[in-house]
Amino acid sequence: MTKNFEDHDSNNLIPRNDEFGLSKAEQDSKFIADQAPAPLLKQLLGFWVTFKSMFKKVNTVQYPEVKEPTAPRFHGRHQLNRHPDGLEKCIGCELCAWACPADAIYVEGADNKPNENYSPGERYGKVYQINYLRCIFCGLCIEACPTRALTMTNEYELADDQRGKLIFEKEDLLAPLRNGMVKPPHPMYPNTTDENYYRGEVTSAHPSQGTVNND
Amino acid sequence: MGLKVGLEEKLPSGFLLTTVEKLAGYMRKNSLWPATFGLACCAIEMMAAGAGRYDLARFGMEVFRASPRQADLMIVAGRVSNKMAPVLRQIYDQMAAPKWVLSMGACASSGGMFNNYAIVQGVDHIVPVDIYLPGCPPRPEMLMDAILKLHEQISDEKLGANREKVVKEVEKAALAAKPTHQLKGLLA
Repeated sequence: MTKNFEDHDSNNLIPRNDEFGLSKAEQDSKFIADQAPAPLLKQLLGFWVTFKSMFKKVNTVQYPEVKEPTAPRFHGRHQLNRHPDGLEKCIGCELCAWACPADAIYVEGADNKPNENYSPGERYGKVYQINYLRCIFCGLCIEACPTRALTMTNEYELADDQRGKLIFEKEDLLAPLRNGMVKPPHPMYPNTTDENYYRGEVTSAHPSQGTVNND
Repeated sequence: MGLKVGLEEKLPSGFLLTTVEKLAGYMRKNSLWPATFGLACCAIEMMAAGAGRYDLARFGMEVFRASPRQADLMIVAGRVSNKMAPVLRQIYDQMAAPKWVLSMGACASSGGMFNNYAIVQGVDHIVPVDIYLPGCPPRPEMLMDAILKLHEQISDEKLGANREKVVKEVEKAALAAKPTHQLKGLLA
């Protein structure tokens, strides 16, 4: 049942259904589409989509120059927060490290010395490391943190050329000292316990705690 | 990883060489062709970076080559299983001489959350990595940030006599460094 070129129906551009289940040898002998060029109007019609897109707004974000803000709750680099008087919120409980599915967090706690507190209460995080090459930014550590010490920022430009540089130490993660904060270690706010801190009753530093940061 | 065409040996070191270095660096960094090497979910973000919204073509990188012989940047996008490791190394070996490796995402950089017998714990166990990119997966901006940081590295690369000096220093440091499989703690 071979057909030659003259027999082929030139209006039928789409292959007929019965042409599909043929063997390779039979397909070669069959005409699937007309070889003659389409009429000019049809050719121009093909460019209609291209033509329309000339008037569309450009979609590209000019990234390094223009940085689109991330979603407000984007999971970026972590941050270790501070109380309003400058004491660290981290109490070195290691719950973040236990929650981490990738084992990216390493915490070592230590006891606060009297009147040389790093955090209100008994303990503080002495060593705090996050390995950003392991971290999958899932936020389970943030959920686990009992004092809201660990949160995530929207910062995402983290690439570096050495593995070691991507293990962030406590100094890299700690929130900067804001105005009115005192650099730890220093005593707790007079006549307070750690509970007052957690209830948000300490709102600023007391003069007896040390010299206030005024950047 | 240096350019070896026999030209730079004949060049006098000094002013001319630094000018040539700058020119070659400028040209290389603006015509990086990545090899298509998507292994997992990071590859989806890599494709997004190549598409219209992020448009890697702005940095001369729109052509993801299917052949490693035409590529000079390998973006390892995804987790590398032990079975994939020799393939990855072969693709790296097939790439032409000035070549770079970008380890994209947590899994390629260190194994990520897959700390098990099936996954290579960091692609730097197999190939030398020039830039590590954290994230799971990194968003296209993060990939572009890593690429731009790599561009800076490439534009500072040395040629000829200067290159040999750098290579010797790097080799000395690499021989003195602790092997990756012996590293302990978070670096493992």
